[in-house]
Amino acid sequence: MILTRRAIMQIGAGAAVAAGLTPFMASAKKYDDALAEFTGGAEVIDGEIELTTPEIAENGNTVPVSVAAPGAAMIAIFADGNPEAEVAVFTFGPLAGSQAASTRIRLAQTQNVIAVAQMGDGSFRRVAREVKVTIGGCGG
Amino acid sequence: MATGVKPRVRAPKTATPGEVVVLKTLISHPMESGQRRDSDGNIIPRSIINRFTCTYGGETVIEMELHGAISTNPYIEFEAKVPASGEFVFTWYDDDGDVYEERAEVTVA
Repeated sequence: MILTRRAIMQIGAGAAVAAGLTPFMASAKKYDDALAEFTGGAEVIDGEIELTTPEIAENGNTVPVSVAAPGAAMIAIFADGNPEAEVAVFTFGPLAGSQAASTRIRLAQTQNVIAVAQMGDGSFRRVAREVKVTIGGCGG
Repeated sequence: MATGVKPRVRAPKTATPGEVVVLKTLISHPMESGQRRDSDGNIIPRSIINRFTCTYGGETVIEMELHGAISTNPYIEFEAKVPASGEFVFTWYDDDGDVYEERAEVTVA
């Protein structure tokens, strides 16, 4: 693993032992950061939203994903094993027919796809689904 | 620079008042994530559509923020409420500053 300057900065002085940080850990941290940015550090409760993904994606370049969270103002989708954890953020307007959307995403490897919804009352809900990826979608 | 970008939208032509209609959009775009390397090992620069919006009669239906993990030729499906006759305006915003727009009129009877 080649450590970029940024990666070294992130690891910090006290964690020099973590130089062997695996790519998995590195990306998991990016998901935590991305989640914290979306929720502003608020508590996230599991459940009450729907996330539809295939169990196995033969081609990680185009994985269909549907999310539905009745009463949500915003829904964010994250992929915790991608180089960049953020995938998409949907914001629903007054004319939205439902708080639901579908799209197609890239997954670099087998990982969790996570949907986090900000509900109308400001609370956050989360659901995660593991997707097994046969061929990764980030061009090796 | 993204070339050959072509937005496509499927929306109903007619609806009943207050009906919830399904909208399907597809835009041909490479969505280069900035993670890939070419055969010489150089990173291919990121070039994606980073934002999408849909309005009906000037009111927002949905806004979407897109990241590099959205597939080539972004497909977006969602639902909208149509209170009266009007026009959907679909807008895609490219990293390079380009804006692509597509419209669909709906007659409510």
